[in-house]
Amino acid sequence: MLTFVGLGLFDEKDVTLKGLDAIRDADVVYAEFYTSPLGGKTVGKMENAYGKRIFVLERGDIEENAEEKILKLAKTQKVVLLSGGDAMIATTHVDLRLRAIDRGIETRIIHAPSISSAVAGLCGLQSYKFGKSATVAPPYKGVISEVPYDTIMANKERGLHTLLYLDISMRINDALRLLEAVDGKRNGKVLKKSVIVGIARAGSDKPVVKADYLDALKSYEFGALPHVLVVPGELHFLEKEALVKIACAPASI
Amino acid sequence: MATRGKKAVEKVKVLMDKTERIRNIGIIAHIDHGKTTLTDNLLAGAGIISKELAGEQLFTDFYYLEQERGITIFAANVSMVYKYKGEDHLINLIDTPGHVDFGGDVTRALRAVDGAVVVVDAVEGAMPQTETVLRQAMKENVKPVLVINKVDRMINELKVDAHEMQIRLGKIIDKVNKLMQGMKKDKFEEWKLDATKGNVAFGSALYNWAISVPTMRKTGVSFNEVFEYCKQENMKELAVKCPAYEAVLDMVTEHLPNPLESQKYRVPVIWHGDEASEIGQRMARCDRAGDVAFMVTSISVDPHAGEVATGRLFSGSVEKGKELLVSGVYKTNRIQQASIYMGQERVEVSSVPAGNIAALVGLKDAVVGSTLSTVEMTPFESIKHYSEPVVTVAVEAKSTKDLPRLIDVIKKFAKEDPMIRVEINEETGEHLVSGMGELHLEIITHRIEHDEKVPIIASPPIVVFRESVVGKAGPVEGKSPNRHNKFYFEVEPLGAEVVEKIQSEGITVGKDKVLMRDKLMEAGMDKVEAKKVVNIIEGNVLVDMTKGVQYLRETMELIQEGFEDVMLKGPLAKEKCRGVKVKLMDVKLHEDSIHRGPAQVIPAVRSAILAAMLLAEATFLEPVQEVFISIPQNLLGNVTRELQGRRGQISDIKTEGDVVSLQSESPVAEMFGFAGDIRSATEGRALWSTEFAGFKPIPQNLFGEKVMDVRKRKGLKLEMPKASDFVS
Repeated sequence: MLTFVGLGLFDEKDVTLKGLDAIRDADVVYAEFYTSPLGGKTVGKMENAYGKRIFVLERGDIEENAEEKILKLAKTQKVVLLSGGDAMIATTHVDLRLRAIDRGIETRIIHAPSISSAVAGLCGLQSYKFGKSATVAPPYKGVISEVPYDTIMANKERGLHTLLYLDISMRINDALRLLEAVDGKRNGKVLKKSVIVGIARAGSDKPVVKADYLDALKSYEFGALPHVLVVPGELHFLEKEALVKIACAPASI
Repeated sequence: MATRGKKAVEKVKVLMDKTERIRNIGIIAHIDHGKTTLTDNLLAGAGIISKELAGEQLFTDFYYLEQERGITIFAANVSMVYKYKGEDHLINLIDTPGHVDFGGDVTRALRAVDGAVVVVDAVEGAMPQTETVLRQAMKENVKPVLVINKVDRMINELKVDAHEMQIRLGKIIDKVNKLMQGMKKDKFEEWKLDATKGNVAFGSALYNWAISVPTMRKTGVSFNEVFEYCKQENMKELAVKCPAYEAVLDMVTEHLPNPLESQKYRVPVIWHGDEASEIGQRMARCDRAGDVAFMVTSISVDPHAGEVATGRLFSGSVEKGKELLVSGVYKTNRIQQASIYMGQERVEVSSVPAGNIAALVGLKDAVVGSTLSTVEMTPFESIKHYSEPVVTVAVEAKSTKDLPRLIDVIKKFAKEDPMIRVEINEETGEHLVSGMGELHLEIITHRIEHDEKVPIIASPPIVVFRESVVGKAGPVEGKSPNRHNKFYFEVEPLGAEVVEKIQSEGITVGKDKVLMRDKLMEAGMDKVEAKKVVNIIEGNVLVDMTKGVQYLRETMELIQEGFEDVMLKGPLAKEKCRGVKVKLMDVKLHEDSIHRGPAQVIPAVRSAILAAMLLAEATFLEPVQEVFISIPQNLLGNVTRELQGRRGQISDIKTEGDVVSLQSESPVAEMFGFAGDIRSATEGRALWSTEFAGFKPIPQNLFGEKVMDVRKRKGLKLEMPKASDFVS
């Protein structure tokens, strides 16, 4: 049996009761933290709270050595794999689940809150109106990926909001600079004129949510990771009001 | 001599400002045709060395090993002053090595000069290496004049009469012209060698005399008199009447271009930036007032000053304190000293203007081939040497405490000589030093032990191989570790003609895609594929056959990286690949870039290409050389035995009088120790030389053994790799 358990948004207390049951009932508990940052948790805190030993796996353990590390064990024992947010939002894990199914291993998912649903609430935007998401990754050899920018533009064309995940160690300020570089290259002023929402530490006691124009937001101090960005599309009047009242957007939007 | 030297230095300083009176020249030839001996003559003529010693001093062979072995190992820079038609001229001369192992020096020297004195032995005629160096000169748009040397040998050894002598000399000129015509159609008529034009001289550098049609007019000494003098072995008198330096330096000054003339047509060939840009214009004009554009052609280490970067200044002036941008490293270095050459001395001067060969101290980030400039500019074309390091020795410090010193020394050598490659065997910690041949490495290890005083153990020389494919395979699927991306590759042989063209013309994927496509098509590549070549490395190409794959553009960089990885470390034993055509047939990518980053794409591409190559019957290619041997008839049997014992294939045998010349193709691996063996097999009477002839497939019966040898040396598992090791 292989159970994928989501850990929720921020700290060790965000796991669901069902998730906790699965952890306590497991023969082996694995965790991975390469798809989302630890946030307010540590392995020690989780072990204390859940009363179980947790083994942290590297990317290679799951992607390349799954057979050896996980699947062999899951044939005869109850194996749990912990990951941040909701387990299947990190798309990597669907492959692991398929491989388990191919080997006749029973699988299940225990869900938890994910940033992809939390953002709507955090900034007051309507979840119906989100388009495709994308991840802002650090440039590789100086080449900045233009996909996040293209995604924003494609969504905006249809009036849709865009959720941008940030690479595991990336800050909002860095991500904005990368987007701005692409904006400049395209001679577009679209992004400059757009309100953008930065969200830090969703799920914690003190999440920071700040909506503003690019230039102002670039230098805003968001504090510790994790960070995400939302680029709104067309705004419903209630969304406008929410952005001002909840996300501290300038009243002029 | 000291005062003579000092006066000469003053004159050089004055002349370096008079660009129209500068001649930058290189002396190039087949080994032992007499370059250094001729250089001696020219230096004597200019008063730098004594006339009595000319021809014997081998002045430009500064290094004791050069003197000991009678060969030139390093290209040497010398400047001298020569009075022609009443006016002083500055001759910046580079004497280059003749032995093929040091051919890289010749190639680099030709970038710095505008004219070349091609020396050909009257008895041997134009040899393979004459052709090679001439081709390199033509490629660099360097104008040649010809000196036919050792004319006395022709008279006294071949016993020809005066009439036949002239016919033979004419034939040598025709041969060189024919070579030139094939290499340089656009300038051939203008540059054609013709004794009556005065761009050919005949003489004996050893006996210090030479004549040309113009000097014959001046001195009244013609071929018939020359013949008589030689016959009577009275060349001393001939040397007084017709000194070699006069005939050659007259010819150099009259026929070889000054920098103002030459940079106009050389700059477009050696620099592919925008000709209309300011720096482009200034270089074409050889403008000393403009921004600096300098190309480094050699790096040497001076025990006092440190690294010295020597090269050609195409635009601007260099002086102490100037900051120069170093291409490739995005750094600026400050010039600590600007200097010119005088014999083996480097003489510091306040400023050197465009058109000169200058030596700079303080450019610590520069390497051979760097472009140094005061503005950001397109770097000069890289200097492509036709042959490559194919012989390796493993070097180990005798005592571990010397290891840091050894690393420093090897690094220093590698910086001075771009034809040295260094790798570290991770398993054993040995340094694998690769060079051009047995002699090259012998000199390197000798220098480590004796000049640098680091006791080492050096393995016997071994050759490097190339990995290639015999058949076709694919499409082979490569999956990324997260299994969200798939790449499909086909692999097949690229074809010898295409590889040859890529290597000899240095074809790369540049801005001009049409030019690349046309060149590849000329060599026989299919039009559709030639157009889609996206990467060329080490004689292998990557062709993108996909159509309209979303996000591919962003991923292409990573695919190329994976491709390059494999081409530099092939599937059999991590040797470089050669002649492999890799076709990307299809790609399936994850939507989000985070799931198709370097850690996902590169391993997927690598494993697919590695597996595809193994499925396409991966094989080893070994380096081979052409061996040219001249011997007396009665020793032919001994020589053929010696060659056949070394897997040599004799391709040509010619007999002239008592002398047999034969040509053979032999694997470099089998040629180790040939020098000693041929000497004893022929009582030292064989004249021989070699030329790198590329890579050829290894015989099937040696394949497994050689692969395992290399794997063992590199500390790899002693199993023949299989496609299933890389893809499931």
